[in-house]
Amino acid sequence: MLKDITLGQYFPGNSLAHRLDPRTKILLTVLYIVILFCAQGFVSYALVAGLLIIGVKVSGVAPKALVRGLKPILFIICFTAVLNLFYTPGEILASFWIFKITKEGVFTAFFMVLRITMLIMGTFLLTYTTSPISLTDGLETLLAPLKKIKVPVHELSMIMSIALRFIPTLIEETDKIMSAQKARGADFESGSIFQRAKALVPILVPLFISAFRRADELAIAMECRCYHGDAGRTKLHVLHYQPRDYLVLLAYGAILVGVLGRFGL
Amino acid sequence: MTEIIKTEDLTFSYPPDEGKEPVQALKGVDLSIARGSFTVILGHNGSGKSTLAKHMNAVLLPVGGKVWVDGMDTSDEDLLLEVRRRVGMVFQNPDNQIVANVVEEDVAFGPENLGVPTEDIQRRVAAALKAVGMEDFTLHAPHHLSGGQKQRIAIAGIIAMEPACIVLDESTAMLDPLGRREVLDTVRKLNREKGITIVLITHHMDEAAMADRVVVMDGGRVAMDGAPKEVLVRVEELRAIGLAAPHTVELLHGLRQDGFDVPLDALGIQECAGAIAESL
Repeated sequence: MLKDITLGQYFPGNSLAHRLDPRTKILLTVLYIVILFCAQGFVSYALVAGLLIIGVKVSGVAPKALVRGLKPILFIICFTAVLNLFYTPGEILASFWIFKITKEGVFTAFFMVLRITMLIMGTFLLTYTTSPISLTDGLETLLAPLKKIKVPVHELSMIMSIALRFIPTLIEETDKIMSAQKARGADFESGSIFQRAKALVPILVPLFISAFRRADELAIAMECRCYHGDAGRTKLHVLHYQPRDYLVLLAYGAILVGVLGRFGL
Repeated sequence: MTEIIKTEDLTFSYPPDEGKEPVQALKGVDLSIARGSFTVILGHNGSGKSTLAKHMNAVLLPVGGKVWVDGMDTSDEDLLLEVRRRVGMVFQNPDNQIVANVVEEDVAFGPENLGVPTEDIQRRVAAALKAVGMEDFTLHAPHHLSGGQKQRIAIAGIIAMEPACIVLDESTAMLDPLGRREVLDTVRKLNREKGITIVLITHHMDEAAMADRVVVMDGGRVAMDGAPKEVLVRVEELRAIGLAAPHTVELLHGLRQDGFDVPLDALGIQECAGAIAESL
């Protein structure tokens, strides 16, 4: 039952968006987020929406998959909408009891929902079209200058990729422990939330013990394969910017300058 | 130099638990492993065989005595990477030694650490995967592979570092019979075709029969040492230290006690059947 969990949720494919250098995609996504957070008024939101639509078209990711990705945060979206709707001061449109709906509130709520939705969709587009490995690779290369100020960039990306590597292993292990506990009469499905949470303790304890043991063995195995940190390390695949990366970055920049220049932010 | 690994009066004890006497795991081991040989080290749990293996690429350092790998003293910290490049180690649990999400990335891990140039890494990865017969799985995710396949990936990861010797520390213990066969066939092929020295730590007697040399450990000392046909036929002595001789030898031993005139050293099943047929 735990096997269905997908993390990283990468959809393999061969679209332009898939073939772009991960660094390009990360840069584009960061730019996209910055514009999204600076956006005010219809024009800038339309620009962001336009960028998103182009992105979806280019990636070939089904819009349905993007919408599905919104489900887990539906509550947050609704919560933000309601909060903004009632708690923004301004020109009152309607009021009942202690609640007042203002004109500004309606606008803020609408744009807030739009902002969160587009933020999630935009970042999902990145993870849908980029495998976790190239994502960590891209981040490591992009953040490499930070090594100069002693940020452990290589170590962080190594931690991330090992974590990704061990997710399926630990899920499998959790499944095994759950079956073992069930065979001994453990009950994970009934009772109050509190009782069910308590029932998880006998799963987590062995899982953590085994994770520590695994970490220890992995560390020795890595040392045996001459791992000694970042120093003098080479790579199987080196990231290379292709002409298409420059073209896409250029086009993206041109759209931004064009739209922002014409209408202002 | 004919030996790749040499130990001299090697002693080791693990740091003791609080308030307890330290347990001496190795009590003076003198052993030299010839270049290009296939050695099996046998012993029951606690005999010191794994501890001995871990000295062969400086995972553990001697408390007393010396270990040399290709003429290098393993306790010299400056030579650590060189020692580990020469002697690769494959462990018991295949899941806990695979580092990357993709087979080729994992095989490349060792050469990457050694600073091998990119084009050379790609060549080595392809060659290593071919050597273990896993070239069709280059882009697979390791967690979808069987135990035997994972162990072969781990071996490929060692081969890609182009070592002179591979130590397999009970690498077949967690595998099903099919996986064991895959791994054993692979290491035998590497030994024969590439001349890589193999040291196989195991408690499976039938794995010992394929070696050039069998070393039996007991209580932190070398108890027996010789060709499989010399060592594996010492049924009573093996029993005394908690090991059973291979099934074929047990059978022949039983037959001999019942007065049949059969040789003891027919280790293979075919060979054993032939020997029995001849005496009838």
